[in-house]
Amino acid sequence: MSHVMGSPDTGGHFGDFGGRYVPEALMPACLEVEAVFREAWSDPEFVTEFRETLRLFGGRPTPVTPLERLSEHLGLRVFAKREDLAHTGSHKINNVVGQALLTRRMGKRRVIAETGAGQHGVATATAAARLGLDCTVFMGELDTQRQALNVFRMELLGARVVPVTSGSRTLKDAVNEAMREWVTCVDDTHYCLGSVMGPHPFPWMVREFQSIIGAEAAEQLRALGVDEPDLVVACVGGGSNAAGIFAGFADSRADLVGVEAAGGSAVGSGVPGVLHGMRSMILQDDHGQVEEAESISAGLDYPGIGPEHAYLASIGRARYTRAADDEVLDALRLLSRLEGIIPALETAHAIAWLVREAASIPRGSTVLLNLSGRGDKDVAQVRTLLEERA
Amino acid sequence: MTRLDRELRDLRDRRRALVPYFMAGLTPNWTQYLDAAVQGGADVLEVGVPFSDPMMDGPVIQAAGVRALERGVTLEGVLDELARTDLGVPVVVMTYFNVMHYRGLERAAGLLASAGVAGVILPDLSLEESAPWRRAAGARDLATILMVAPSTPPDRVARIVATSQGFVYAAARMAVTGRASGDGEAARVVAGIREHGDVPVYVGIGISDPDQARHATRDADGVIVGSALVQRVLDGESPAELETLISRFRRTIDEGAPEA
Repeated sequence: MSHVMGSPDTGGHFGDFGGRYVPEALMPACLEVEAVFREAWSDPEFVTEFRETLRLFGGRPTPVTPLERLSEHLGLRVFAKREDLAHTGSHKINNVVGQALLTRRMGKRRVIAETGAGQHGVATATAAARLGLDCTVFMGELDTQRQALNVFRMELLGARVVPVTSGSRTLKDAVNEAMREWVTCVDDTHYCLGSVMGPHPFPWMVREFQSIIGAEAAEQLRALGVDEPDLVVACVGGGSNAAGIFAGFADSRADLVGVEAAGGSAVGSGVPGVLHGMRSMILQDDHGQVEEAESISAGLDYPGIGPEHAYLASIGRARYTRAADDEVLDALRLLSRLEGIIPALETAHAIAWLVREAASIPRGSTVLLNLSGRGDKDVAQVRTLLEERA
Repeated sequence: MTRLDRELRDLRDRRRALVPYFMAGLTPNWTQYLDAAVQGGADVLEVGVPFSDPMMDGPVIQAAGVRALERGVTLEGVLDELARTDLGVPVVVMTYFNVMHYRGLERAAGLLASAGVAGVILPDLSLEESAPWRRAAGARDLATILMVAPSTPPDRVARIVATSQGFVYAAARMAVTGRASGDGEAARVVAGIREHGDVPVYVGIGISDPDQARHATRDADGVIVGSALVQRVLDGESPAELETLISRFRRTIDEGAPEA
């Protein structure tokens, strides 16, 4: 049986997207990561350790919660996959546990990572602490100011946070800086990339680590009497939570919907380009310079999208749409009040789309929402935004 | 074999190549720095075209790229100015692959060739992804120069040496540009390249003063000097001052060269 979200070709391509566009200095490291991941992922011992670490340390499986009051409000049957309940408050833990175990398997002693809002940085620092690895996190200087508490969290966990002052001083520059650092230390350091992006094998490997979300959810929905949801919806920045949940349903009849930030809509407003080691849809100006994404949610503040998403869009298997800042704030409030769950601003994009489109979805449809993260990190910002709006 | 291959093989019989790098459009008079470099003894000019996300560049070239982009520099503008400037030495453009990809490979290669550019260095275009670009460039006699890093294993070195045109760019160290000084692992990298073919080998990344350039060219056929020059342009030094510096590089390299 062939799978819609199967393995990329040997060069890491999903259709016309993906590949490996990195300086020669990093090619051997990428090839090594690929070889070690291939071997580990078919080694039952590694897979067991991955799953057990997520169970005993990461808080998995996360439940699927029927959102009864939201369902009534929207005239749909909405279920949430509760990644907000995973350790560190989002799905990010799945990927970092996988990559930290891989780092140890490669005999390396240190990880570096980029982070935007800080979620991936905190998750990486957490996994590094658990496995006794040194950890350095690159974070745009602007983001270190906007997310000062997450900087402190990473430091509490023993990581070093390096503010990135180049370019736009946000996530995309943090990726550039992490790549530059990796060139100097590939011998003993693994670059723990935070999403389904970057050069092969990262988009594929991160999706594989995140696919535990979709696999669990499919089984949990069946236990709740839902053979197959009609719709699966997730927010998309780089797209790791969406890839993880889509992977469980790509071969089903479910519609797959990814919701980007209106100011960071790589599929909606971008054109094919090459950035951060991959060919994908990228926001660019009229001269091929990469544009900065703008969103209230730092986690979606990325001008590209994972190449497999670009591929799923190109073949029409998933569709990508967007939510604007205002409706996102409304959605965050709605879910908080109706369900007692404060979602992350990123996650609220998926909810906002669902609220906006509910009327055009057949009544009673079954919807699986990936509740990718909790909103604790955003509460102060949301308060300011709501006060400004009032 | 491209025009650049032939020219650089001829050059190798005469002297070690000195390849200064300048960021296009960094100042309004940026092409005067190119003229000055040729006056000072440059054999090839490497012209950087700024890109928003220069993954292989350190702080100096990043800063230069930001400034050039703020001045509104575009590939087309740079090529217009290059086409109007008679430098008398081959020009190699260094930028990132997206700058070409955005325009379409055929079109981008055509623009470069029409402006008289002899070759390109695209550090994020891996050997594995390079075939479509090399086809487009090759059809217009435009050389694609590939890099060998200290981390490159021998089987890859062999494939890169067989594929690179003009010269092979030997990275002296595992670093981005302008972060460290000295020729690092250059001797080992150059020796590794020599085992796989008789191609001109130029060393770059970390060559910041004339003595380092002389040291590197004991083994290599040429050196690329980038951040050390660009920093001076950023600091406001004039083309004449850069010419003086480049002529010092020239003299020091020539004095240190073994008898041809």
